[in-house]
Amino acid sequence: MPDTVTAGRRAVVTGLSAIAPSGTGAREFWRAVLEGRNALGPLSRFDTDGFPVRVAGEVPVGDPVPGVDPRLTLQTDRWSQFALLAGEEALRDARVRPGDLPPLGMGVITASSSGGNAFGQREIEALWSKGPRHVGPYQSIAWFYAATTGQLSIRHGMKGPCGVVVAEQAGGLDAIAQARRALVRGDAAMVLTGGTEAPLSPYALTCQSTSGRLSGSADPERAYLPFDTAARGHVPGEGGALLVLEADDAARARGAERPYGEIAGHGATFDPPPGTASRGAASGPLPGAASHGPTALRRAVELALADAGAVPGDIDVVFADAAGVPEADRAEARCLAEVFGPRGVPVTAPKAGYGRLYAGGAPLDVVTALLALREQVIPPTPRGVVPDAGHRVDLVTRPRETPLRTALVLARGFGGFNSALVVRAVAR
Amino acid sequence: MSRRKAVVTGIGVVAPGGIGTKAFWKLLTEGRTATRAITHFDASGYRSRIAAECDFDAAAAGLTAVETGRMDRCAQFAVVAAREALADSGMATDGVPAHRIGVSVGSAVGSTVTLEREYVRVSEGGSRWVVDASDPYPHLYRALVPGALGAEVAWTAGAQGPVRVVSTGCTSGLDAVAQGAQFIEDGQAEVVVAGATDAPVSPITVACFDAIKATSPNNDDPEHASRPFDRDRDGFVLGEGAAVLILEEAGAARRRGARVYCEVAGYAQRGNAFHMTGLRPDGAELAEAVRVALDRARLPAEAVDYVNAHGSGTRQNDRHETAAFKTALGEHAYRVPVSSIKSMVGHSLGAIGALELAACALAIETDTVPPTANLRTPDPELGLDYVPLWAREHRTDTVLSVGSGFGGFQTAMVLTAPRPAVRDA
Repeated sequence: MPDTVTAGRRAVVTGLSAIAPSGTGAREFWRAVLEGRNALGPLSRFDTDGFPVRVAGEVPVGDPVPGVDPRLTLQTDRWSQFALLAGEEALRDARVRPGDLPPLGMGVITASSSGGNAFGQREIEALWSKGPRHVGPYQSIAWFYAATTGQLSIRHGMKGPCGVVVAEQAGGLDAIAQARRALVRGDAAMVLTGGTEAPLSPYALTCQSTSGRLSGSADPERAYLPFDTAARGHVPGEGGALLVLEADDAARARGAERPYGEIAGHGATFDPPPGTASRGAASGPLPGAASHGPTALRRAVELALADAGAVPGDIDVVFADAAGVPEADRAEARCLAEVFGPRGVPVTAPKAGYGRLYAGGAPLDVVTALLALREQVIPPTPRGVVPDAGHRVDLVTRPRETPLRTALVLARGFGGFNSALVVRAVAR
Repeated sequence: MSRRKAVVTGIGVVAPGGIGTKAFWKLLTEGRTATRAITHFDASGYRSRIAAECDFDAAAAGLTAVETGRMDRCAQFAVVAAREALADSGMATDGVPAHRIGVSVGSAVGSTVTLEREYVRVSEGGSRWVVDASDPYPHLYRALVPGALGAEVAWTAGAQGPVRVVSTGCTSGLDAVAQGAQFIEDGQAEVVVAGATDAPVSPITVACFDAIKATSPNNDDPEHASRPFDRDRDGFVLGEGAAVLILEEAGAARRRGARVYCEVAGYAQRGNAFHMTGLRPDGAELAEAVRVALDRARLPAEAVDYVNAHGSGTRQNDRHETAAFKTALGEHAYRVPVSSIKSMVGHSLGAIGALELAACALAIETDTVPPTANLRTPDPELGLDYVPLWAREHRTDTVLSVGSGFGGFQTAMVLTAPRPAVRDA
């Protein structure tokens, strides 16, 4: 296959899925999101007395995840089980039977932020409480970040380009962008892409408690309020989404009708080190010298727009990163005001109703954006969020019916990752 | 239209047997091994009690107490290797706008040493599922999310362009360098700091490979335990380390008069979709990755002067990749030298792919092929030229390096000697 951009080839989404605290399956998830339902609740899996995290977005299914082949549940963490379930839904939705397609033309590229948490915790516990011979044979394939891509590739006989991207929340968009690159370059005809996360084991939560970004609130209604004057951090959640992404010519050739949309543009940048002023678009005369150049987040947005051949006026809705941390909310709001003008574009954050899902969060936002384009309605940021007027953000707090053709999805990752993705309806 | 290509202009290494590129290349060309009895912890209760460990002193390597206080060992390796690589490149990033500098870091298991150490502490030795969350190590989140490795390297390099962490198990190193090359080819960055790091010599990782008998139990003779392609091989020897390459757009590197080690000419990733740890003996998907990588490099199989093998030291790998070479390279497979540096520096999971690319760049630079140490009795079923025991002077303009890992990941990369300045002048 030639490693050249084939003139005009596009990456289109032909299959969706969703696994979220507010609903399993894209249909149920969309209904919950449109209602603005708050699916956050008290952590139910263990006694949180004295624990710094008490509210979470739990997917309301037990362990192992029902619907996953029992032969696989033995050797996988919950995070991979979510992905196995989501992969089946996305392929079904796309009406793809992988067995009918050339194996080398199908790839798998997923994001993970923290790997097989609960599985790993169990095995380390066995090692330290009983001894090294008590570590099971599946630890070597369940804990590491590549487990999900490997399992999906094996499950569906996909032998094309296989990848794994890690960048906390931003990684979910980067994985989709990487899948798009493989399609546009002719390295694959279809890629199963997206990401999931299962970060709610006691030890994983303890790790997250040191990020300085978790909400300590015990009130599910008030714990995660992005862009609100009462914002005090985020609530972690579990779940995510996988999408079937195809080269448009390949999708047409197999008779796929009506793709949800096109992955039209992507931009990725990195913040300056903490404690230094942005050096902006060019190196300042001195390292760390303040400049008036655009922030790294704004550059990511502008790169994504340029990549999509779009101008700010083309963007009909923004799915915000919505950190829920005042300083990060301010930075995001300022970026949106700079690019689109004050209150210049509708902004929404349905994740306030189910939590931040790390590597699973951004793919779920892409699913939501694509469904919004199809249904021509912007799903709201859940009830209870009252945007800080100082942010100058047109935050959508009830479903808004409006013509939608192009959406921008933003995701930022711990450490300084910024990622922006443009999705566009496909002209019929 | 001339294609943008990435060239390697700097190398930094943290490896068993010595810190720094010079010590690494000396070890390899002398055919010495750095595998030994594990010293990082008391391994007496384990099946495999050997590893290739780095004698790494963070302070001597230039890290401050603040840096070592927040970084896992693998992050320390990555930062030290990145600093050496940047210096070696003649500071390729100087004068380049921060937003035009990118980073791509690979790691298979990330900060698991810190995660395990702290877990033991907050769980009272593994006795509490609901751990004591009242007083965690303040940098624990950095250990949980490997994205933090990308941040450390980005801060080291002053990068504000695309930053990526790639975690495809044992092909992470090759895949991370491929990702870095893509940033150059796509015009997303002018300079990319690309490499991989892993520091997995800890109880949980040693135990998990024990459980599937993947590692060598040759505890009585650790120096000779890593024996790829030898009839008496009995598993891989765990290693640790990091290697970082500075990638630049070829024309820009030439314009600034940089020393160019080699060009990243082609690469491809495929999955075998067969088994999480098992390999089919025919090596068909690895062969396909090799074929596509050569195709992208616009080179015939006969152009390959040296094959840097995955060569982990397991029976199934030896069979698998030898078959792949025979399929992808045809008759040429029997003529080209093939070797595995894992015989000397062990298998450092995701890091090893980057260490192997560093070795390949140096092989091109010096026209010297590193040997497969410990190869005293070649497995008669394999039949290729595995460069036993001693390094070989050999005209090396084109190198093929491959990796294969748990999950079925198969990656191939082709590096070529810098070309005379005729293109995109």
